[in-house]
Amino acid sequence: MSTASDDVTTPHDGGKPHRALEGAVIRFSGDSGDGMQLTGTQFTNTAAVLGNDLATFPDFPAEIRAPAGTTFGVSGFQLNFSSRNIFTPGDQPDVLVAMNPAALKVNLPDLKMGGILIINEDAFTKQNLDRAGYDDNPLHSGVLSHYRMFSIPISTQTDAALKETGLSFKEVQRAKNFWTLGLLYYLYGRPLEHTLKFIEDKFRAKEDVALGNRLALKAGYMYGEVSEIFQEIYDIPKAQLEPGLYRNMTGNVATAWGALAASKKAGIPLFYGSYPITPASDVLHTLSRYKHFGAITFQAEDEIAAVTSAIGAAFAGQLAITGSSGPGIALKGEAIGLAAMVELPLVILNVQRGGPSTGLPTKTEQADLLQAMYGRNGECPVPIVAASTPSDCFIMMMEACRLALKYMVPVFLLTDGYLANGSEPWRIPEDDELPDVQGHFLTEKPEGEFHPYLRNEETLARVWPLPGTPGMEHRIGGLEKSFTSGHISYDPENHEKMTWVRQEKVDRIANDIPLAHVDGSREGGKLLMLGWGSTYGAIHQAVNLARAEGLDVSHMHLKYLNPFPRNFEDVLRKFDKVVVPEMNNGQLRRLVRDKFLIPAIGLNKIQGKPFKVEEILACIKRELA
Amino acid sequence: MVTVADNSQVKLTRKDFQSSQEVRWCPGCGDYAILATVQRFLPSLGIPKENIVFISGIGCSSRFPYYMSTYGFHTIHGRAPAIASGVKIANPKLNVWVVTGDGDSLSIGGNHLIHALRRNVNLKILLFNNRIYGLTKGQYSPTSEAGKKTKSSPFGSVDHPFSPASVALGAEATFVARSIDRDAKHLEEMLAQLAAHEGSGLLEIFQNCNVFNDGAYVHFTEKDVKDSMQLRVEHGKPFLFANGTKGIRFGGARGFDPEIVTVGEGGVPLSEVAVHDETEATGALAFMLSKVQPPTFPMPIGVFRKVQRPVYEEQVHAQIAQVTKARGEGTIRQLLTSGETWRVD
Ligand code: SF4
Repeated sequence: MSTASDDVTTPHDGGKPHRALEGAVIRFSGDSGDGMQLTGTQFTNTAAVLGNDLATFPDFPAEIRAPAGTTFGVSGFQLNFSSRNIFTPGDQPDVLVAMNPAALKVNLPDLKMGGILIINEDAFTKQNLDRAGYDDNPLHSGVLSHYRMFSIPISTQTDAALKETGLSFKEVQRAKNFWTLGLLYYLYGRPLEHTLKFIEDKFRAKEDVALGNRLALKAGYMYGEVSEIFQEIYDIPKAQLEPGLYRNMTGNVATAWGALAASKKAGIPLFYGSYPITPASDVLHTLSRYKHFGAITFQAEDEIAAVTSAIGAAFAGQLAITGSSGPGIALKGEAIGLAAMVELPLVILNVQRGGPSTGLPTKTEQADLLQAMYGRNGECPVPIVAASTPSDCFIMMMEACRLALKYMVPVFLLTDGYLANGSEPWRIPEDDELPDVQGHFLTEKPEGEFHPYLRNEETLARVWPLPGTPGMEHRIGGLEKSFTSGHISYDPENHEKMTWVRQEKVDRIANDIPLAHVDGSREGGKLLMLGWGSTYGAIHQAVNLARAEGLDVSHMHLKYLNPFPRNFEDVLRKFDKVVVPEMNNGQLRRLVRDKFLIPAIGLNKIQGKPFKVEEILACIKRELA
Repeated sequence: MVTVADNSQVKLTRKDFQSSQEVRWCPGCGDYAILATVQRFLPSLGIPKENIVFISGIGCSSRFPYYMSTYGFHTIHGRAPAIASGVKIANPKLNVWVVTGDGDSLSIGGNHLIHALRRNVNLKILLFNNRIYGLTKGQYSPTSEAGKKTKSSPFGSVDHPFSPASVALGAEATFVARSIDRDAKHLEEMLAQLAAHEGSGLLEIFQNCNVFNDGAYVHFTEKDVKDSMQLRVEHGKPFLFANGTKGIRFGGARGFDPEIVTVGEGGVPLSEVAVHDETEATGALAFMLSKVQPPTFPMPIGVFRKVQRPVYEEQVHAQIAQVTKARGEGTIRQLLTSGETWRVD
């Protein structure tokens, strides 16, 4: 067999026949130390640059290094890439890469019948089989006969390709993910350039490791060509996407960038107070790199300090955001109440994960909607917005900032683990497509007596005079205050009035947000699938498929959950049945029933995993039967 | 954002710092004396009052901002240092004071206090220590003496107290001092030193709660015992008290145990008395001062520790300036088009 050399970029494809496919779903799986997230991300970025539409779903364990070889240490990355528009990472993989027995055990049930199975046979040792709980070696027991299995000694092959490099055994073995990536690149006719460039940038300081990874990538590719295991190469042409400039975007980066863009748009420096927590930490990491955007990231001593420092920054005139996940949000509750009481702008980001308590840190869930809605003492309404797709996190973060600044309120932005780590191609918006984020500082003392709670008649927002401004020295605080003066007031009527004012301020936001949009028949019909947040892709695709079959079903997806859009009730009443698919025990369903006395039906999945399209499709068929 | 005018000399008086709000502490409360001293002291800073911010948590002392005519924020229980950190980081030109109590800052808010001090955010923290929960009507606090009978400890508290100054020193505070509510002159001197310090500073003020813990400090604040039971420390001066007739030296079996000695006639020469050094490297000297107390020792008051360390918010902004200089100021377009992009026609 020829060995890979380091001087060519993408080797020849061996002249094998090409077959065009619409799309493919690949799942890379292995031990948490096998580098599957990196492999998946690389394949994704290459697919994105080649113009495929795509959606990804990384799935990894909570432990950084769970015991090697065990099923709970398995890390996976699923990618759906296509020449058509797609909305989910795919229900069932067409291709499963399993780097060890545990990965095979965990993921095999999801693989399509007849699907491609690529296995590192070197990892199927007695010890690893025991750890994964296999009594017999599945490679020989016949259980894999329904699949197109390619059992390859990937470790040995990597070793052979890198033997001249002088790298240690451990370092060589670490490169086997690049070998596997190379093999998949061959199978799908992908060029190596993108990943070669990545290796060059990433391992700039470690030239020997960079060389090893390059050689492994090329050796994997060449193995595909030379070994004749694959009879054909699959082509997945470009997708028809809306014209424009594109980039690949993950949810947490989009969220962070939305905050930076809001800050720049408003001309108000960003203050991000946060405490490390999965799966929100990447927002903190990302923002901490953008000092040249004037962004201040404050890694606080705890969740409470993260939110209260942000409130302090808002008092002093910054665009204040605090980010966390459910457990952290629980700790912030009292402070969010303070922000509502003193009427300061604040955005609270909740990258939701499985709960309650520590729950499932690395798994997704949408079970903090009611926490955002009600999780504070006293009557404390807070506006809530939610992102539907990874790239939508960008616009919805800007929206959250816009509302917070305009109405002088704390605003919740809900995303989740699935959006946070998932990615999709994103058409970069033009300037005029961005929300109009503005701060409304009071810089000159108004005529007459000055009060910190002077209000805008239309929005009911109070004025925002900043410390440092002469003549407007004032005190604010968490005690109930009289309507405009802000002086402490225990007056019963005033308290009731202030409670209504805080509610009314939130309610009026309904006049300032888009109407809810219906995909399907706007005139109403038999069935409405009502969703919010990250279930967008699965519901959208299921409804499209059902409609293609002639079923009378429509889809409405909420991005604004408090207040609801103005037309929300009207739309709901146009449908005979409303089903709410949610990754929780029925939280939006409860709100809909409570507010409109509409008997909405739940479709609930609480497994730490997103919906499959087929699960929603089955529900549609059930409800219309 | 507002850019604050330079703190050039402004002529203000005590009255300028009084707000229109009626002061509502219990008659006779030590807080009145502290408020009066702070209002009398602030004009000496020459800082326009719009540049001064008072931030408090919850408790009797935390009503303080309402009585000041500066900017003020009465926040939630224990969180004042964190909110004040946000204010100071957002606008370093503001002169930010935190007013807190022993329950507020050492119990529910202990975490924020130690981390603000550790970071060296330039906050001036006034900790009113009355060794009791006043606003909630008389429960023992983290500084209440062991065995204290209160509403929540009818058989005597089994909690071990700690010293606010010890906590601050353990948290690497760059400035730690102590004073007494009724000693206006000393308190004003401590305020001046605290205000002049660049970095976070904690000033513990013994404050009498005449309703729930009256007379907590009379054993060293009353006229007749004051001289013999207070050790007023000053940088570079020997630890002397009782009109200079007694002092503290380090001796004992280990050579560094503090012991009271008679100085001069019939006692040891002055040269044997330990000399105060606020900058002593390990903080051990200051820690000793934070720990010794009556009845075995006189109560130390004064500046225990004062050292220089880079100020947190200055470093934050310096880093921003440095990166901005190196990379140029970022724009939305630049952000969105950075890294790998491709065009679809
Ligand atoms: S309860 Fe005590 S500390 Fe509080 S105001 Fe009254 S006397 Fe002062």
